Amino acid sequence: MLKVSGLKVAYGAVEAVRGVDLDVEQGELVALLGANGAGKSSTLNALVGLSPLKAGRIEFLSEDIAKLPTEVLVRRGITLSPEGRRIFASLSVAENLRLGAYGRAERDQLDEAYDQVFALFPILKERETQLAGTLSGGQQQMLAIGRALMIGPKLLLLDEPSLGLAPQIVETIFELISALRDRGITILMVEQNVAMSLDIVDRGYVMAGGEIVAAGSAQELKASNVVENAYLGTG
Amino acid sequence: MLDLILQQTINAVALGGTYALLALGLAIVFSIMGMINFAHGELMTISGYTLMYCGLAGVPFVISAPLAILAAAGAAVMMERVAFRPVRNASAATMLVTSFAVAAILQILFQNLIAKRSKPVMIPDVLSESIAFGDFLIGINKLLAIATTIAMLLFLNWFLKRTDVGIAMRAAAEDFPIAQLMGVQANAVIAGAFALSGMLAGVAAVLWVSQRASVDPLMGFVPVLKAFIAAILGGLGSLTGAVAGGFMLGFIEIYLTAFLPEHLLEFKEPIGLGIVVLMLLWRPNGLIPAAAIGSQKV
Repeated sequence: MLKVSGLKVAYGAVEAVRGVDLDVEQGELVALLGANGAGKSSTLNALVGLSPLKAGRIEFLSEDIAKLPTEVLVRRGITLSPEGRRIFASLSVAENLRLGAYGRAERDQLDEAYDQVFALFPILKERETQLAGTLSGGQQQMLAIGRALMIGPKLLLLDEPSLGLAPQIVETIFELISALRDRGITILMVEQNVAMSLDIVDRGYVMAGGEIVAAGSAQELKASNVVENAYLGTG
Repeated sequence: MLDLILQQTINAVALGGTYALLALGLAIVFSIMGMINFAHGELMTISGYTLMYCGLAGVPFVISAPLAILAAAGAAVMMERVAFRPVRNASAATMLVTSFAVAAILQILFQNLIAKRSKPVMIPDVLSESIAFGDFLIGINKLLAIATTIAMLLFLNWFLKRTDVGIAMRAAAEDFPIAQLMGVQANAVIAGAFALSGMLAGVAAVLWVSQRASVDPLMGFVPVLKAFIAAILGGLGSLTGAVAGGFMLGFIEIYLTAFLPEHLLEFKEPIGLGIVVLMLLWRPNGLIPAAAIGSQKV
């Protein structure tokens, strides 16, 4: 479904991602792991045109999408729940969700999309008219994911969905992510919480210093010490 | 005395409402693009000339007024397309200077192609009449200004809260890249913001001209300067703030004119601005600051 090759991201002279190859098959849940500053978020953002792509090919459903602007990509079925959630704080919960469906061509499926999101996150239904900025961190994360689901994505990118959340909430979020995969949504996620990620994902890539240093199934990665090494900077 | 206060309050609401509409136009563009459009006044002038030419051609006011508003909205969209889109990603200073250039070019065009001096605009007689409410008279043009302001504020509130495009504009004002991630097209939302701000300038121009019955090449300069002050006073980039600042400035000006002792009257402008400065010392970010000052712009 997604095939990335030779991806490079540079902020001015600083190269944050130096030639990443990865692919995600239909229906898979794949994690991109690594320490802070490894280039995971830059990679994810580059896929949706939010970080400056220097080189590389991004194939989505057998089409090169590397040069397409962000606002078009969402209409092709690829979307991102960004790092730090970045919900629209001055808009209500309902307005945030409505924006999530902004690029959706099938307007008749909107009610269904709301129902689906509210079924996953009942708390959002309760808080529908509240300003998004007044939600708790966990609720904001649910809103960010719910907002991304409103478009009916084929490929969902999740950037640090557990960042800054209380341990119990983290568990809920991870359960939700595997529930989404069970519904047939293909997911590529960036996570710091390696142990919990490897419990739910099919495969993982490990990044360090802007490059992929290891890849394999969840079992393989759990068994080896490449992940630890990558975090300790010895990989 | 009570009558006088009541009378002046109506004048203040009428003038403040016009400032509020202008300040809103500035604030809408600023909140999305991070640019103060100093050519906003020239949009007013374009509306004024549309009214003048329509009057000369014998077009009735009920038709020429909407035409004038449309002309300002159209001109605003063209301004964005021709002048501001190429500098969209440039620094705030570059955008500001670009808007000064657009204003200067338009003023020179008005002076050379239309007239250097002020021209009369035909306004229906009914607008200069007054209605008696008990003991005092209220000008119909004042009532029109107040009613129009209220209608525009209600419309804008509906538009920004109930339509997809309106919600997209508010989202883009808060976090433009993420709005694009939702599928909001940058060009569309910015063009929409300019159309809306042009429409507001057009409405303000119709109200302005219907009080004065004349138009000149620099007509838009003073009211938009006032609107800029109002937008700062209210909190730059905040729409509610722009409205509050507009009315506040209207009240300050009208009350000073009405109640200052005669020998101080010639100082009313500096005294008025002094009050604004004091209010800003008290609330440096304005009366109702924008939620996300300095958030990422396009």
